[in-house]
Amino acid sequence: MYDFTYVRPASIDDAAKALTGEAKLLAGGQTLLPTLKQRLASPGKLVDLGGLAELRGIHRDPKAIGIGACTTHVDVATSADVKATIPALAKLAAGIGDPQVRNRGTIGGSLANNDPNADYPAAILALGGIVHTNKRQITADDYFTGLFTTALGPDEIIVAIGLPIPKRAGYAKMEQRASRYALVGVFVAETEKGVRVAVTGAGAGGVFRSRELEAALSGGLNAAAAGATKVPSTGLMSDLHASADYRAALISALAERAVASAA
Amino acid sequence: MAQDGIGAPVKRREDFRFLKGLGKYTDDMNMPNQTYCAILRSSVAHGLIKSIDTSAAEKMPGVVAVLTGKDFEGVGGVPCGWLVTGKDGPMKEPKHPILAVGKVRHVGDPIVAVIAESLNEAKNAAEQVVVDIDELPAVVDMRSAIKGGGTPVHDEAGDNICFDWDFPGESADVDAAIAAAHHVTKIDLVNNRLIPNAMEPRAAIGAYDIASEEYTLVTTSQNPHVIRLLMGAFVLGIPEHKLRVYAPDVGGGFGSKIYHYAEEALVTWAAKKVGRPVRWTAERSESFVSDAHGRDHVTHAEMAFDKDGHITALKCQTLANMGAYLSTFAPCIPTYLHATLLAGQYRTPLVFCNVKAVFTNTVPVDAYRGAGRPEATYILERLMSKAAAEMGVDQAELRRKNFIQPSQFPYQTPVAVMYDTGDYEASLNKALEMADYKGFEARRAAAKANGKLRGIGVASYIEACGIAPSSLVGALGARAGLYEAATVRVNPTGSVAVMTGSHSHGQGHETTFAQVVADKLGIPASSVEIVHGDTNKVPFGMGTYGSRSLAVGGTAIVNALNKVIDKGKKIAAHLLEAAEADIVFEGGAYKVKGTDKQKTFGEIALTAYVPHKYPIDQIEPGLEETAFYDPKNFTYPAGTYICEVEIEPKTGELQIVKFVAADDFGNIVNPMIVEGQVHGGLAQGIGQALLEGAVYDESGQLRTGSYMDYTMPRADDVPSFQVATTVTPCTHNPLGVKGCGEAGAIGSPPAVINAICDALKEHGVQHMDMPATPEKIWRAVNRMPALKAAE
Repeated sequence: MYDFTYVRPASIDDAAKALTGEAKLLAGGQTLLPTLKQRLASPGKLVDLGGLAELRGIHRDPKAIGIGACTTHVDVATSADVKATIPALAKLAAGIGDPQVRNRGTIGGSLANNDPNADYPAAILALGGIVHTNKRQITADDYFTGLFTTALGPDEIIVAIGLPIPKRAGYAKMEQRASRYALVGVFVAETEKGVRVAVTGAGAGGVFRSRELEAALSGGLNAAAAGATKVPSTGLMSDLHASADYRAALISALAERAVASAA
Repeated sequence: MAQDGIGAPVKRREDFRFLKGLGKYTDDMNMPNQTYCAILRSSVAHGLIKSIDTSAAEKMPGVVAVLTGKDFEGVGGVPCGWLVTGKDGPMKEPKHPILAVGKVRHVGDPIVAVIAESLNEAKNAAEQVVVDIDELPAVVDMRSAIKGGGTPVHDEAGDNICFDWDFPGESADVDAAIAAAHHVTKIDLVNNRLIPNAMEPRAAIGAYDIASEEYTLVTTSQNPHVIRLLMGAFVLGIPEHKLRVYAPDVGGGFGSKIYHYAEEALVTWAAKKVGRPVRWTAERSESFVSDAHGRDHVTHAEMAFDKDGHITALKCQTLANMGAYLSTFAPCIPTYLHATLLAGQYRTPLVFCNVKAVFTNTVPVDAYRGAGRPEATYILERLMSKAAAEMGVDQAELRRKNFIQPSQFPYQTPVAVMYDTGDYEASLNKALEMADYKGFEARRAAAKANGKLRGIGVASYIEACGIAPSSLVGALGARAGLYEAATVRVNPTGSVAVMTGSHSHGQGHETTFAQVVADKLGIPASSVEIVHGDTNKVPFGMGTYGSRSLAVGGTAIVNALNKVIDKGKKIAAHLLEAAEADIVFEGGAYKVKGTDKQKTFGEIALTAYVPHKYPIDQIEPGLEETAFYDPKNFTYPAGTYICEVEIEPKTGELQIVKFVAADDFGNIVNPMIVEGQVHGGLAQGIGQALLEGAVYDESGQLRTGSYMDYTMPRADDVPSFQVATTVTPCTHNPLGVKGCGEAGAIGSPPAVINAICDALKEHGVQHMDMPATPEKIWRAVNRMPALKAAE
């Protein structure tokens, strides 16, 4: 690990002010710390958000769930409010990484990193969530801009995530067997604005909405219809762990499971 | 049976410290004034070193020394411990320098060592070293490597072939039998390259004491004496009495910690050079590119049958990857630990095997749990199940028909080894019963009704353990003997210390060996201390690998114990005023036959050390004996494994719904530990079959260089195993034991692949290379072309 300076601001404003030069925000550190330990990054300064209580916690409104950016995966997975309103999200959070990761990793950290194989982006995009930052609100459709890239500006900090409560939602994934990240994950949500289907792990440009599946399910959630939908392999990743063809087949099969499990 | 003697499922005494985090591993050892070593390794697979500029690194804060290959010009290279002679003569044995000289030959090849006051300073300085390398095309694929052409890995081997070896003789008889056969089953298969990944990465600390002129090496080794011999005599020229090597607690080896590695010589030599202890601990990503890998065979094999289904001949042609340099035992793995097992459990009259060992620009390959025997078993057992499917007969019955019968032992195979004993049908029957083999077709039909594909796979393995008679292995090219040593030291109050040349790095020797001693001496196991791993404490021993510790090391202990017991008889005879011939030792006491006169073992021990009333003119005082035991034969554990799988055709996902193992390990000292060894072996074998596999790209980059991409089996990847044992005691060691450490990893890969091929037979699948990933299965179900491994 290279040397760096470490600051632990007392407010979100102070955190934003500290984001100068090569500074990096530290939330749960589940991607950043291994990267530092392997000397793959040398940020110069780490701005630790761990002292900001206002970034943690889950808030339930009649029509939406609000989750603080530094809320850990285990807190989402075990939240009575999340389980009651979006059980698929609780299930997703319970399936991220391992217990150590879930006890340190945060939803805001995951969304800021936007790993193409992360679980949360699929949920946020399918649910039509809103990313609240210290400067503005960004809709999920605008937020995810590519592999490890987002609409966040250089001194912009995610504060909370707002998720409209869907009528029903389901999530199914197959894990990449070594890393246990999502090889393919499909989140299906029946929302006020219709059925939205988001796919993580598969897209060459990161998380994306499957228009084919959304069209097939536009008349309502039907597992067999999802499974029978042919998803094209163009635009999908091909790597050591799966070909684009296989990922395309998995998207259909996992959409079927997601729909079957929707609640 | 004593409560904690032979046969008792005693809990492991080691586990208290291991589970509490109180173990003492190499990296836990700290020495005053120590320095830290970071190693700059090659990032390219093959290239000429044009220059190395260390000037900037030398000026970095905290740097003590910067070493390159030039510094080691006066010392030997890393030696190879086994000379295989092929049909064109002795194997090519190019020098393996401590740090690269002139050329780098694999990603991970060490080039520069930086020694500094702290690890971070050493790493910072290593980044300032400028190495200019003219990259050469990498030699990666064995099939193209042996055609020659490009720049060979070593100038000494223009076609990259280390040796070309026929065994046991020429192929004419086998070719004739295949030509005349009623049926011939052919297979092309790959035994995938595995990366060992012991839980504790390798580490080494070198120290030099200027006053005594003594070197110390603390290292993660399975065999400290072997390291002392190889490094002292062949690399650094340090006489044994000035070199102490010790391996404290070692967190797993699986073979990868047998070998003498360059880093050990590096820190030992550097300790004298800088006048301070030098320590190095591999990071996990370093382990991936510097620990010897395992397996990596490409084989074509043919098995011939007569009209009754009896095997008439077997022919194998194997390319075995050696990697960039010859690791300590690399040449013997695909030869004498592989081809000698090709008779399997069968009465195969004729066997021919050709092995071409190939240099490539990859990490060196050597023994890994099973070492040659998994490769042989995989060939044989894939052939047997494939043949059964082709001939339309039951895979279990085809095996049964060809088994060597109990009445035929000792059985001389056509591949040099002679099996002493066994009952293969007993293990098969036990496995079939546990697996409810008869009920399988009903389960297959039920799964099919549910849209799933079920398959069942049988594999009957045999292995050779307890390596090995020194005269035999010497004739085959070993540059060492393979005996084992033990000293039994009885203390004056009757407690016992056993100094064993075996080395425990997870096997539980401190428990099992103590059980043997307790049983033989009739004392509680808690009175027995097992000492291992330190050349300054234990007699010259050859260490632990090849499931040899109990069969060879345990026998040395038993022989030393017998000497102790015999000496005690003389003392007892004197004390009891009886003839020595009338003294019997039983239940921990020396008794005069036909009387109630007796002395306990403790009383005899005290007398030996307080020899007031003692036959001092006939016997020395003290009670301590040493034995060196050279085995008479290998031991031959064998058994049958059955795997049942269920496949989801839409995704290729596979579940092992049942796995049964019926093993014959001979007599068993601690059934709980044996079961644990089988479980661990099965997990690694299933890991090989379904999950693991090192992938190099065409430029020689290791694409599976971390846990992000290399899949180690985890608890939820394996089913709950059903294991059982059958027993035919080994006939040539006093404990009647055979060894159990590797069987699980040997028998399970073909059982799994046979089950998958059985499940997919209606989709026209006859073979699938390991690891059988969900995508491979999905492609096979959908009759899509297979992907190349690196795609």
